[in-house]
Amino acid sequence: MKKRTLTPSTLYLALVLLINYLPIVVVVLFSFNDAKLPVAWKGFSLRWYQELARDAALMEALRNSLVLALASSLAAAVIGTLGAIGTMHLRLRAKGVMDYLATLPIMLPEIILGMVFMAYFALLRLPFGMLTLIIAHTSFCIPYVFLMVRARLVGMDKSIEEAARDLGASPVRTFFDITLPLILPAILSGCILSFAMSFDDVVISIFVNGPTLSTLPIKVYTQLRTGVTPEINALCTIILIAVILFRLASAALRRMGGAGSHR
Amino acid sequence: MKKERWWLCAVPLYVFTLVFVLGPVLYMVAVSFAQNEAGTGFRWAFTLDNFAKMRDPVYIRCFRESFRLALATTALNVLIGYPFGYCMGRLSEKGKRIVMFLVMVPFWTSSLIRLYGWIILLQAKGTLNKLLLALGLIDEPLKILYSYPAVLIGMVYALLPFMILAVYTSVEKMDWTLVEAARDLGASRARAFLTVTLRLTLPGLMSGVILTFVPSMGLFFIADILGGNKIVLVGSLIQDQMTRGGNQPFAAALALMLAAMTTLMLWLYRRLTGTSELEGMF
Repeated sequence: MKKRTLTPSTLYLALVLLINYLPIVVVVLFSFNDAKLPVAWKGFSLRWYQELARDAALMEALRNSLVLALASSLAAAVIGTLGAIGTMHLRLRAKGVMDYLATLPIMLPEIILGMVFMAYFALLRLPFGMLTLIIAHTSFCIPYVFLMVRARLVGMDKSIEEAARDLGASPVRTFFDITLPLILPAILSGCILSFAMSFDDVVISIFVNGPTLSTLPIKVYTQLRTGVTPEINALCTIILIAVILFRLASAALRRMGGAGSHR
Repeated sequence: MKKERWWLCAVPLYVFTLVFVLGPVLYMVAVSFAQNEAGTGFRWAFTLDNFAKMRDPVYIRCFRESFRLALATTALNVLIGYPFGYCMGRLSEKGKRIVMFLVMVPFWTSSLIRLYGWIILLQAKGTLNKLLLALGLIDEPLKILYSYPAVLIGMVYALLPFMILAVYTSVEKMDWTLVEAARDLGASRARAFLTVTLRLTLPGLMSGVILTFVPSMGLFFIADILGGNKIVLVGSLIQDQMTRGGNQPFAAALALMLAAMTTLMLWLYRRLTGTSELEGMF
């Protein structure tokens, strides 16, 4: 479908995108502002970036968030991928119900999941902290990996696996040489999505983080209610740049990888 | 072929699901029927008091407010997101890739930060007011922040990408020759859109509706931050009862009610579209 560049349709897309970026642009802009309040421009400065590097509490929250997102997305990748493979070979009456339950964490409003975990962990007498955070986050990360990998397995050409088997490859070898490379893009996108969701989560974390541990979103949330320091702007600008670079790199990698993935 | 053994792979998933999904949910259901005891928690004695308590006009208003906000959010998302997804689906391949990237970047940045951006824009001495004052459109700053419109802006903004992606996936898959056929057979543009395009993209639109409606019932922190505690949603009520109020059974009953409403929406969605997977996400 060939289109001229300036049609009402492209104007509309541009307008919505512009409004979408407005809040992000002001956050980035005021991270370089030489004033404490984000109301007026007082000149260019990097002082908030320097303060950020010195802010131990904020840095620790950032580290906690990274550890949490990494641990839960990896756990979800393993459990979710194995689960997708296993359920493909499973004939069980309760399978429909079980698969529904496995994806329930992303079907329920976050607030419910958060309070349910809080009550349940208290019942189990688990100490609130990193462990409870990882369990809670893993539970809502699993569905992303599980559903993506399963969709890939269902859409896969079974004859390739059969050909490998006919040529004498063992089931294990067939899995590692054929199946795994084919579902790897799905595992990776599920994993990346999980990481992003975990890194950004505030609602569930607030219920299970315990009295002393703080993640970055919790830190930002409390500051938003009491008063934000521009260090947060600086940190967000850094994260934004990291995200853009990461997305560009993964897109480039996918294009180099070429065949296989079409997501 | 040792096919029988592959099912073992499902064991971790099922164990995790039983222990950390089904377990907590059943526990919450049980607690919602337990007797609250101020100070000490609750006692295991069957009661319907927690549900009866919800008939209090204060709580009914809270549910109505949440429902109204979720509906308004969803409606605005349809109005903004559907045309966007539609226009996006008609771009060239390269255009699609660029727009997709541009849609996804905000989605990948912290939702809280983007909320903070709105605070900067909407506050009394904020960018928007300065702009409007400078243009002479208003004489004194508008009080948008900490009001219902601010909450609505924040909600629509946070959930728009879901709607756009769901609609776009549907439009992308659509067979345009059907629209051309309708036009060739004499249908007007509007008629062809209503009878062919809209119907074919309905699954995407519906999943967009679900993907925006369900979270908007629970996104209490947007109302908290942009509404300045003026708008109490079911979400904030649950959090309050759970942490500060210390009435776990009532919090559980509220959550159960919210879950029931959500499940009803999902069920309706499945009945209306005949699909189980949410289009656009997987």
